[in-house]
Amino acid sequence: MKKVKADPRGVLTGAHYLDGDFAIAEGGLAAGCRFFAGYPITPSTETAERFSERIPFVGGIFIQMEDELASITALIGASWGGQKAMTVTSGPGFSLMMENIGLAAMMETPLVIANVQRGGPSTGLPTLTGQGDMMQVKFGSHGDYEIIALSPDSPQECFDLTIKAFNLSETYRVPVFIMADECVGHMHEKVVIPPADQIELVERKWYQGPKDKYLPYKPDKDLVPFMVKTGDGYRFHTTGLTHDERGYPMINAEVQDWCVHHLVDKIKKNAPKIIEVQEDQIDHAEVVVISYGITSRVAVRAVQLARKAGIKVGTMRLITVWPFPEGRIKELAGKVKAFVVPELNLGQISREVERCSFGQAPVIGVPHCGGRVHDPEDILKAIKEAAR
Amino acid sequence: MNAQELAEEKNPMEDFLRMDRIPHIWCPGCGIGTVVTSFAEAMKKSELDLDKVAVVSGIGCTGRVAGYVKFDSFHSTHGRAIPFATGLKLANPELKVVVFSGDGDIVGIGGNHLIHAARRNMDILVICVNNFNYAMTGGQVAATSPIGANLSTAPYGNFEYAFNLPYLVETCGATYVARWTSLHIRRVTKSIQEALAKRGFSFIEVITPCVTLYARRNRLGDGLNLLKYYYDKSEIQHGADTRTVGIDYQGKLIVGKFVDKEKPTFLDCMNAHLQKALGEKYVPYGVKP
Amino acid sequence: MTIPFGNLKPKKGDIHINKEMCKGCGFCVEYCPRDVLELSEEFNKKGYHPPRIVNEDECIYCQLCEAICPEFAIFVTLKKEEEEGEKSESRP
Repeated sequence: MKKVKADPRGVLTGAHYLDGDFAIAEGGLAAGCRFFAGYPITPSTETAERFSERIPFVGGIFIQMEDELASITALIGASWGGQKAMTVTSGPGFSLMMENIGLAAMMETPLVIANVQRGGPSTGLPTLTGQGDMMQVKFGSHGDYEIIALSPDSPQECFDLTIKAFNLSETYRVPVFIMADECVGHMHEKVVIPPADQIELVERKWYQGPKDKYLPYKPDKDLVPFMVKTGDGYRFHTTGLTHDERGYPMINAEVQDWCVHHLVDKIKKNAPKIIEVQEDQIDHAEVVVISYGITSRVAVRAVQLARKAGIKVGTMRLITVWPFPEGRIKELAGKVKAFVVPELNLGQISREVERCSFGQAPVIGVPHCGGRVHDPEDILKAIKEAAR
Repeated sequence: MNAQELAEEKNPMEDFLRMDRIPHIWCPGCGIGTVVTSFAEAMKKSELDLDKVAVVSGIGCTGRVAGYVKFDSFHSTHGRAIPFATGLKLANPELKVVVFSGDGDIVGIGGNHLIHAARRNMDILVICVNNFNYAMTGGQVAATSPIGANLSTAPYGNFEYAFNLPYLVETCGATYVARWTSLHIRRVTKSIQEALAKRGFSFIEVITPCVTLYARRNRLGDGLNLLKYYYDKSEIQHGADTRTVGIDYQGKLIVGKFVDKEKPTFLDCMNAHLQKALGEKYVPYGVKP
Repeated sequence: MTIPFGNLKPKKGDIHINKEMCKGCGFCVEYCPRDVLELSEEFNKKGYHPPRIVNEDECIYCQLCEAICPEFAIFVTLKKEEEEGEKSESRP
């Protein structure tokens, strides 16, 4: 893919006091997103509002669609029309988008969806935090496919990870999710936006060869096919049906095997380049606290207290939650006494940790139904239990 | 010269079809192929740069059209062809986007998107092939099925009111509304040409035979019988009041061009309004310098 | 000014039928305004009866069969004039 410089019109260089929602919007604009189709839903609405305020001065489209199904589908159309496209939503809207997230994955469409999570299930707690969609982001649509999900822990990260999300989606032609939550979304903190020429952006791989030889889904060496822009005369076809390299639907088991493996391998085989975690004092740790998003900030306090109490605690903060760092967890499981996984749900990523531990180390979850963040004492209790 | 077994001359449809996927999957007597031919003829006659034409279909028998036409084409999910087309058009306003899908897809599951795209006067053309049922899945009742028709999920006859599509779409704000049957081959072509030359939301309903399901379940015969019904019962009333053009079971089919007016499109409104509100600071979108 | 009606000739068409693509719907036979076609007795590979030309001289290149065929299986080309005639326009 091509490295490009950010368009200064979209980059609000400077130090700002923003909430996470606004930072996501600014991140999108800085990343070159010029198409936003969304629907209001608490606690994500501010991102849409911010985008709608800013886009007339940058040049692009903001359209509030009639529902989330229309929003996600319009994004796919816009991405095929050549624009970087994003939307933002929360639990109930996220559920509505699932079918077409599958379509985006199947058509290998770059786009970015931010989910500012709230308490669920169903209408749940519209104005209060939660992290209950972490399994849904990976498995929400039917069938086997792979996506990338990032988890910011601050408004600054909301900005930075939105840019990273766009770069990943353009590189791998896959929907990328920013799994924020209401706390991070509504928290106001300092966000430093660098000058445009310091922001590195990536654009999708455009096909340059002869028109009659173009195969829309022929994987390149990095397993990602070349893309073209609608209207440039390639006369391509793409479909949500199982398709072959030509993009034509082929309804048989052999092509299904090829097609689905291609979608999955594209991310799985590139996972080492995608996965990003932040580790602290992991070597020689007895207990490792694995967390993501707002919970990782609460865990910092618990870990401080635990270390004061003499426990050798390491932390792993998941910046990419999906693809999950399976190999690293397996490696650590052989070295630590136990893992502690606090999260604002009744055990979703902790299941992944358990799965990847292969029974080598117990996993002590610190579940919480959401509505507020953990009390550091609860995490500390779990760490102490893990240390025994 | 006598006719040859296999045509040695080039079939004029070859420029518009992905010949490597022909023959198509539609049943004998199905009208969709005829509508595709009418559409191809309109493409031939129009002055458009065919590279800039994009066809978006949903799911269903008519939804398969995208797979057969030789344009940049997209086979999206059920009911979502119109928002897909919206995104495509807004991302690249130079494109000429045509939604080619069936009544179940556009008006049933896609109903919400239809009314909003019409409301916004999105600059797209929607060709809605209406065969009064959900054909691909076996002939279930649809929002357009007339009262009394027998369908697989209304096995004792349909008792639900049906949509009057031209009325619905006109009310929502469409700027070009026409209805024809697949028998009106040249008029369908002309309507498509007219709609493509316009800016704004255009809607062309084309009533077509569904032999294997609708006709069979209702003992209406085959494609020829349905075309005869269209011939006998269709009446051209250009400019008719769309409130009066509802279709009863095997009843009168009022066809024609009902609405043809000019109205600023979504992008026109956006640019005009924001220009006025923000003055020089506004960066216009999709407007050639 | 005399209008040279005498020099005008009706157009004639060469009909090309792709028998294997035909699904025997009968539209072309029914709607040909000059009864040029009828369904043949033979079967194609799929078991349908494709049309056959019975009245070739009657074909006036109206191309209605071509326009109505749902299978893209029949098309008409303009039969070339033996002597230099007027340039004919494309179909109405």
